[in-house]
Amino acid sequence: MQDQGAHGYWVILLSFLVAYVLAVLALPQWLLWGRPEWVALAVIYWTIALPHRVGIATALLLGIGLDVLEGAVIGQNTFALVVVALLSLVLYQRLRVYSLVQQAGVVFVLIGINQLICQWVQNLEGVGAPTLLFLLPAFSSALLWPVVLLILRGLRRHYRVN
Amino acid sequence: MLAAVLVVTLILADLRFNKLEKSRSLLDTLATPIYWVADLPTRLGDWSDEHIQSRAQLLEENERLHRENLVLQGRSRQMSSLQAENVRLRGLLNSTAILRDDVVVAELIGVSPDPVRHQLILNKGKLDGVFVGQPLIDAAGLMGQIVEVSAANSRALLITDGTHSLPVQVNRNGVRAIAEGTGALGTLEIHHVSATTDIREGDLLVSSGLGGRFPVGYPVGVVSEVERDPGQAFARILATPSAALDRSRHVLLVFTSDAEQDD
Repeated sequence: MQDQGAHGYWVILLSFLVAYVLAVLALPQWLLWGRPEWVALAVIYWTIALPHRVGIATALLLGIGLDVLEGAVIGQNTFALVVVALLSLVLYQRLRVYSLVQQAGVVFVLIGINQLICQWVQNLEGVGAPTLLFLLPAFSSALLWPVVLLILRGLRRHYRVN
Repeated sequence: MLAAVLVVTLILADLRFNKLEKSRSLLDTLATPIYWVADLPTRLGDWSDEHIQSRAQLLEENERLHRENLVLQGRSRQMSSLQAENVRLRGLLNSTAILRDDVVVAELIGVSPDPVRHQLILNKGKLDGVFVGQPLIDAAGLMGQIVEVSAANSRALLITDGTHSLPVQVNRNGVRAIAEGTGALGTLEIHHVSATTDIREGDLLVSSGLGGRFPVGYPVGVVSEVERDPGQAFARILATPSAALDRSRHVLLVFTSDAEQDD
């Protein structure tokens, strides 16, 4: 079992690293506002799947990393991810029995909250978005949720992470 | 609960007290590989562009570069004599001599994923002598300045970022102003210029060097819109940045010689 555990960490870590890369990948101008919140999606998935292993502490560390990557105020994404992780920890038992569409709906709300918190901290800094476009990632993330879910669940089952 | 307190502390520490500068630069060093990986597709594209080219294309390009080189050589001959003349004239006017700035070419390895933050990540860092506040230019004009330096890379703030402003002057008549970023790529706003000031559409704005940060005379932008409303105290002036802010892959870091400041 020990060995299995170590194996599992490797998969989780890798998925977060991929999320980081996707989060900073250069996108064409017109796609920029709609970039899905990959790290938040990964956090949501892993907290639903393994609430005993991935939670607030993971979200905290991931958030600091994301803040550094984005050059944001340290704490902006941290705050948002911690709230998202907290909410998915509260909701995980319900989310597990939801259908894909229902789950996507919840993801939409969670990412929306994530974006609102980010926006709030950015406004503190004085660089808030001029329009409501900053909510676009909530749509794109919800649309991509089934894909993320299937890939990560496939990985989790294949490597027996639990 | 603990996490909440921690997060609020972090936000305050960074936003209000700038306490995290050191740890940020350290963490930035750790983030370099992620940017490197994220940049791979672009680099691969560049590589294939470079290596998969027909002989005819290469010959054509070579010829074009030869011609360009000839023209530039001619111009640089002229330039040296003009520069000498300029130094003499400035001597007569009793002003400080302008020395040529040294530049280092840096390559872009990432852009800020957040559309409201206009930042670039460059592949030169402390090891190459990059410092915070260093001006950044490209072939067409001023791009921005360095705001964060880690060991092997650095982060630059573009002049169009909402938090950036720089002192400029109109090249035609020397009127001074402040050009502020608007958060929209491709627009600068010139604030607090009185409605009667002589500034027109098409005027070239150059850096005035008054802030002590940017060297004098680099093109910043071209005035694109002047709106004079008699009801307002100030004219509303927009400018388009000269530098290719969203296209340049290679940028120049300027090392201004200190001799300029010795007066």
